[in-house]
Amino acid sequence: MSNTARANILARLREPQRPECGFSERDYLSRYDWDTAERVKRFTERMVAVRAEVHHTTADTWLDVVSQVCAAKGLNNLLVSPATVLGKQIHAQADRFPALKTYDQPIENWKQELFYGVDAAFTGTTGGIAETGTLIVMPSADEPRLMSLVPPVHIAVLEVDKLYTTFAEAVQVQGWVQAGMPTNALLISGPSKSADIEQTLAYGVHGPKELVVVLVE
Amino acid sequence: MITQFRQTVRANLAKPEVRANFYRAMDGLMTRRLDQFPDKAELERLRTQSMAIRANALSKLPELLETLEANLIRNGIQVHWAETAEQGNQIVQAILERHNAKSIIKGKSMVSEEMGMNHFLETLGIECLESDLGEFIIQLDGETPSHIIMPAIHKNRIQIAKLFHEKFPDIPYTEDVDELTQMARRILRDKFYATTVGLSGVNFMVAETGTLCLVENEGNGRMSTTAPSVHIAVTGIEKVVESLSDVPPLLSILTRSATGQPITTYFNMISGPRKAGEKDGPEEVHLVLLDNGRSNIYSDPELLATLRCIRCGACINHCPVYVRIGGHSYGTVYPGPIGSILEPQKAGLDVHGELAQASTLCGACSEVCPVRIPIPSILNRLRYDGVRKDTSNTHTVGSGKRRTLSEAATWKTWAWAATHPTIYHAGSTLATRFKGMLPTNLGAWTTVRSAPKLAESTLHQQVKNLGVDHE
Repeated sequence: MSNTARANILARLREPQRPECGFSERDYLSRYDWDTAERVKRFTERMVAVRAEVHHTTADTWLDVVSQVCAAKGLNNLLVSPATVLGKQIHAQADRFPALKTYDQPIENWKQELFYGVDAAFTGTTGGIAETGTLIVMPSADEPRLMSLVPPVHIAVLEVDKLYTTFAEAVQVQGWVQAGMPTNALLISGPSKSADIEQTLAYGVHGPKELVVVLVE
Repeated sequence: MITQFRQTVRANLAKPEVRANFYRAMDGLMTRRLDQFPDKAELERLRTQSMAIRANALSKLPELLETLEANLIRNGIQVHWAETAEQGNQIVQAILERHNAKSIIKGKSMVSEEMGMNHFLETLGIECLESDLGEFIIQLDGETPSHIIMPAIHKNRIQIAKLFHEKFPDIPYTEDVDELTQMARRILRDKFYATTVGLSGVNFMVAETGTLCLVENEGNGRMSTTAPSVHIAVTGIEKVVESLSDVPPLLSILTRSATGQPITTYFNMISGPRKAGEKDGPEEVHLVLLDNGRSNIYSDPELLATLRCIRCGACINHCPVYVRIGGHSYGTVYPGPIGSILEPQKAGLDVHGELAQASTLCGACSEVCPVRIPIPSILNRLRYDGVRKDTSNTHTVGSGKRRTLSEAATWKTWAWAATHPTIYHAGSTLATRFKGMLPTNLGAWTTVRSAPKLAESTLHQQVKNLGVDHE
């Protein structure tokens, strides 16, 4: 059935006189001239506007800040990869954090615990977007897709030198097309939210109720 | 004749609570969109760019679909083609049967509404659970969406609170939006935990990379496409774009036009099922490409613009007709201006042709459309197709089916008079002489308006009296 359908649809699309595009403005790019300070400022404003927490840190202080955030939120546990550069540093100082959990097996083996027993997850990011206040997250074997989705709190680190002005710039500078897309790539701009009831914003619908961004200069 | 559509409209106009719900919501959406585009000139450039991106994709549609398919298959995504809604449903059914699935959890998908998928699967004993908060609410009440972006916009907080209490009597009654939302979260999280097949729509498909893009705020779209072991995406064949670089401008104008957000919480780019070594994500990803009348729309150089639509709903939010009659009056999956051009073309002018009349042609829709679809022109074209005598030059389904002898005769007489100046002048002079005898009751028109009054003398006479040289 499907093959006939395919042939029929494509044949119908080839039948008419081919429409001309007729427009040449496809490549227009908005111009911004934002330096790093401006990008950080815009990013932070956007994130805070959608109720994300943003902490400005340095390579020396980020670990302290993550530790303080965990304490302030009274987290019982934290899901952290033991294999990433940042994750290793947290695991190396495990006594400063709530009980550390690792995503070291396929979801099928521990779905119940992930869904009902994990308080927070810590992940890195591939970059950020200043214009919209956005984290770029590309899940991997070390930091699987559900880490940034299922636990009620998501703590993410963003290095300021990977904070781009626009989405278009990030795609281009990071060479997404040339590198090939990962199985899943995400833009995350705040905690999960909905305005489906009376246009009133409610947070934490299906994804994290809280998003904590740790900016590292 | 009072049609079904007119009856429904009349009934809905008499519901002040629902009208107030729509009015409040549309007012808010219009204001928030405006706030997102402080620079008018920039907005116009972005609209032109987005139109160009969509027009470019349509100009290469068959080639892009082939490229998309090849890249999706290379990425491990299985591609299915459906000419009709029925075929689409059968494809979904076959996948579910292969996995012995008795239920699916759904992210928001207007194409699945178009396919009547929930009804189809439920008759087979398969449970379809909507997980978008708005869709979840209306599913509880056995309703259909009244808006393509905000499906439960016709309900207010109190109505939703009562509905939740009725359906979940064990949970204490609350009118608090946060508490209602958390109730839905708890109920649906158990479903996400247990359900093995997830279904979603698609906002854009990228031919160049073989990527499916989903736009959402709640995370239910990510859940539906990530937690179950099988993900089925359903979408229309027109949703493809050529390059990844086409996506950022479209995403930006989509979210700003739709809900007045600079970006949604999640933009989910799916380019394959779980790879070896990865620990989550679906084992299988399927894409169902639905035609359902789109290739016929494609065959008309003027109506083709309908397929540029990115489903932001801005035309709906700005429509003076929609805000008054509400989304359910249309009796179709897609309401508002976009529905009034899309649904008659899909179902035929004999079925939904009346919707092309449900517009004042004020032009608010085309003024805000992010891809510059000339909706009023298309409405006019569909009105014409509906009543034209010679239908050999149009492919629109149901062309000529709305033609009535009396209307055709009226216009024929008018055309004859208007092209015979002596007759026309005599007629209009006669009308001004006997204007006192003209009826003041003109049926539906005069139920809310007074009848027009003719002037003392005709325009021709007035102009002549003023001494204007008629050349």
